[in-house]
Amino acid sequence: MSDRGNVIVSAQAVVKSYDDGRITVLHGVDLTVRAGELVALWGASGSGKSTLLHLLGGLDVPDSGQLRVCGLDPSREGDRLALRREHLGFVFQLHNLIPDLTVEENIRVPALAVGSSVAATLKRVRELATELGIEHRLAHRVQDLSGGERQRTAICRALVNRPRLLLADEPTGSLDEQTGDTVFGLIRALAEREKIAVILATHERRFAEQCHRIIGVRSGLLNEV
Amino acid sequence: MRFLSLVFVNLRRHRLRALIGVAGISFGVAAMLTILAIVTGAIGMFQSILSTDSHYLVFERNVSDLFFSSVTAEQLAAVRQRPEVAEAHPMLFGVVSSPGHPMVTSFGIGKDDPRLARGEWVAGRAADFGVRPDEVFLGARAAEFLNVKLGEPIEIGRSLFKVGGIFKNSNGFEDGGVFMPLAMAQDFFGRENVSSVVAVKLRDEREGTLFKAGLEADHPDIIALENREFSQSYSSFKILNFTAWAVGICAFFLGGLGVANTMLLSVFSRIREIAVLRVCGFSERQVAVLIFGEAVAIAAVGVVCGFLIGFTALAILERVPQFQGYVQASTSGPVLLGIVVTALITAVAGAIYPARFASKIQPAEALRYE
Repeated sequence: MSDRGNVIVSAQAVVKSYDDGRITVLHGVDLTVRAGELVALWGASGSGKSTLLHLLGGLDVPDSGQLRVCGLDPSREGDRLALRREHLGFVFQLHNLIPDLTVEENIRVPALAVGSSVAATLKRVRELATELGIEHRLAHRVQDLSGGERQRTAICRALVNRPRLLLADEPTGSLDEQTGDTVFGLIRALAEREKIAVILATHERRFAEQCHRIIGVRSGLLNEV
Repeated sequence: MRFLSLVFVNLRRHRLRALIGVAGISFGVAAMLTILAIVTGAIGMFQSILSTDSHYLVFERNVSDLFFSSVTAEQLAAVRQRPEVAEAHPMLFGVVSSPGHPMVTSFGIGKDDPRLARGEWVAGRAADFGVRPDEVFLGARAAEFLNVKLGEPIEIGRSLFKVGGIFKNSNGFEDGGVFMPLAMAQDFFGRENVSSVVAVKLRDEREGTLFKAGLEADHPDIIALENREFSQSYSSFKILNFTAWAVGICAFFLGGLGVANTMLLSVFSRIREIAVLRVCGFSERQVAVLIFGEAVAIAAVGVVCGFLIGFTALAILERVPQFQGYVQASTSGPVLLGIVVTALITAVAGAIYPARFASKIQPAEALRYE
């Protein structure tokens, strides 16, 4: 695994606490992820997986420690927006799609933020939708989709701007077993095809075992399994 | 789908909420339009009474209202004697009562006043004005609401007069007024030998400065103002205008609160959605633009609806018999533009806090509890 490529994520001694320091969620964690790696953050609910993903995605800032993601510092205001726009894609447990928009419109939202050309975006949307088997649903509203289709739409949205890193927070958590398997398989296949790094937070061992690396998360500490 | 189309998606999604915001702005626009149009129309009518065929208006200096102005017979004679003056027409304003009508505007004018010749005579003749001492003349609308015809008796104050003539006038105040010969009006109102204003027509309009300076030097108690100058400086007009704008802006303030409420509810109900937009790369500024865009869209629809409501209300008011034609709406481009600008400012001001709140939503905080 060591020769997979450049370092995409580098975290050193990262600490994060809440409630004025009374609740420490991450106790000085270290993590390195390289381009093209599929890494599972495996642990129980409340272990700190989501918090680490939020820090890596610049949705929150650490109390101390050093973070570099795609060469940028997500704890810096100036870097955060560039990171989200150009380098990162997020998939959440709940799809977090925008109601009343069609599937196609939802997938295009990140492209609207960066002002990509409509033609190029539509081409990319069709390509991703075909890949994930929802091309026949592009004109449908989110309300009309099944849970699996919604999560596939969320994956398309996360990838539309061609990110280098996909952060997936329990993407199969709200799906039944079969749909969960399908969605996970799609994430893995797309990651390999698009050569992007994926950090997948999951509490399900069967998905973690299919990743390149498993990082156990327990009580705010990481250890390679 | 373009960036700004997200604005309309949200408005479509919460139609009722958006409609409440639109209604707030609409009523503000309609109220302001109606009030301003009526006040501007009233000022225009009053101004046209004063400035008929004249260049200058002469009245008592430092008087709070023209109804209290007194230009004496000597001063009137001095005006007439000035070489620059072609014609000078005195007018005495008053308010009279008639059974069932406690307030009817009255005009004491000279026999040679141009409005007599200009009027469209429904009954009687201009030549009969001031011939018989017991006759008053009525505007066509006044004759209608006082329900009298030519030659019939009419009670004015505690005196009984006969209707000497009826003439139609395009000016609402004049058409609803009672006209008396100046001397009769002076006697009736107990204001012997005075008039309220004198409308002056010059031989050569370019001699206005000379006329004004000469008259005011000889008679410091009176003032001569050009018609345009008069309408800009007459305190009653200024008070009316100020009141109209103040009332209109208050109406808008309420509309602005409606927009602020609508936008706040809109933001609070989709905190997670806004957080997702931030995660997808939307900047704080882009989120704020979306909220302001919604407010501006609400204001734009509100302005259109408000103008529809306002113009409809004005058309109805102009035809309500109880108003006796005193409502003659007048709108101008600058007034309409002022209303549109006020509506937009109100909407944007109402959206400042919601936009700021939305742009400061912390994605991690909003998404933490799924």
